[in-house]
Order: sequence, then structure tokens, then C-alpha cells
Amino acid sequence: MEGITLQHYLFLAALLFSLGVFGVLVRRNALVVFMCVELMLNASNLTFLAFARDSGMDVGHLPALFVIAVAAAEAAIGLAVIIAVFRSRGTVNVDDIRTMRL
Amino acid sequence: MTTFLFYFFAILTVVAAAGVIAARSPIYSAMSLVGTFFSLAAIYALLLAHTIAVLQVLVYAGAIMVLFLFVIMLLSLGESVGPAKVTFPRVVGGLVAAGLFAALVIAARPFVPAAAQTPPSFGTLQSIGAQLYTQWLAPFEAVSLLLLVAMVGAVVVAKSRV
Repeated sequence: MEGITLQHYLFLAALLFSLGVFGVLVRRNALVVFMCVELMLNASNLTFLAFARDSGMDVGHLPALFVIAVAAAEAAIGLAVIIAVFRSRGTVNVDDIRTMRL
Repeated sequence: MTTFLFYFFAILTVVAAAGVIAARSPIYSAMSLVGTFFSLAAIYALLLAHTIAVLQVLVYAGAIMVLFLFVIMLLSLGESVGPAKVTFPRVVGGLVAAGLFAALVIAARPFVPAAAQTPPSFGTLQSIGAQLYTQWLAPFEAVSLLLLVAMVGAVVVAKSRV
């Protein structure tokens, strides 16, 4: 890493995570909220990989691998829940969904 | 060269991530997210994490995004109408996100870059695989169980009641 240090990657990850948080707080479409959660997961992955590169040990790549696997599981379950909610209520607007009961 | 590539892909990532939030239709959000994942994969490659970069494209930009697009088209959601307004919850959300960013930057500043030399095997599939099947075997098996549970759970939750 010539001109680019660990901090550059950490700042990028911080910016990406903050954008994800902003999206989760601001958007009302449950699907877009989900995408913003994926942004936050990717920001954490970037932090893992940046520290792995900086320390010269690739052990840090394994948590990133597990984050990807958990994100896949989370997307499958979350989208199934969104489909179930849409079936019973006809909307995916998180402001209109007030109870957990179907 | 690394500097140019980093800034190119970093700006691309941030612009695409902003597009996810700003897009009016969920389809455009999903397309922006694909762009974010691809440019992040390039950033991962700059960090010598080649294996993770490939997995990022395969699993995220491939599998997960197809799932998203499938659900968006299945639900056939309309676009949000009207111009974007500055409302009180949005201002609060922006302030919270800006505060979080400031806190993360302050937390990240003190780290002294070690800039350690990387061995030639750094980030290769062989190196990752060897560690995955020795040191990290228990989490690996746990993840396989998690994926099985998620698969069954998704079918149970999404199936129509008859």
C-alpha cells in the first residue's frame, strides 16, 4: 500500500456503514431497508479485510467469509418474511406494519 | 497506481451506495447495490483478498441480488411518488448517521498502520481453505447448519397457507 494506508480503508468502511444506517433510518420500503443492512454488512467485511492486509495475516479473511454466509441466510429468511407480510397485509411499508401477528 | 484505483473504486462504491438510498424504485436500488458489490470486490482485490473478492461477486452480486430482484418482481411494487421532501425524521436520520460517521472516524484515527509484509500465499484459496478446515472447522460446521435452517425456514415462512 503506497499512498493508501489502513486509515483510508477504515474511513471508506465508516462512510459505507453510516450510509447504511442512514438508509435504514430514512427509507420506508422494507426491501430497501434490507439492502441497506447488506451495505452495513459489507462495510464490516471491508474492515476485516483492511486489518488482515495491514497485519499481514489472512486469518481476517475467514470472518469475512462467515459474514457472507450469514448474509445469504439472512437474505433468504428476511425476504421470505417480507413475502409473508406482503401476502397478509398487501404492503411492505414499515410504517404500516405495526403488529407481528399475521 | 494503487492510489488511483483505490480512489476510483471508493468513489464508485460510495456513489452507488448513495444511489441505493436515493433511488425511487426498488429495482433501481437493487441495481445500485449490484454496482456497490462489484466495486467493493475491486477494493477487496486491492487488499489482496482475491478469494473473498471472487466470493463477493459470486454470492453477493450473484445469488443474493437475484433473490432480491426475484422478490421485487414477485411483489410488483410501484415507485414512490412525489418529489423527495425534507421531513423531520429524515433530518434526524441524517444527523444520527453523520454523528455515527464522526464517531467511527475518531475511533479509526489512532490505529498505527503496521503495513506488514504479506507472505506469497496471502489470501489464496489454499491458505484460506487450510485454515478453514483446521482452526475454523467448528464455525464452518455451524454455518452449514445455519444455512440448512435458513433454507427450511424460508420455505416454511414463505409458503402460502392452504
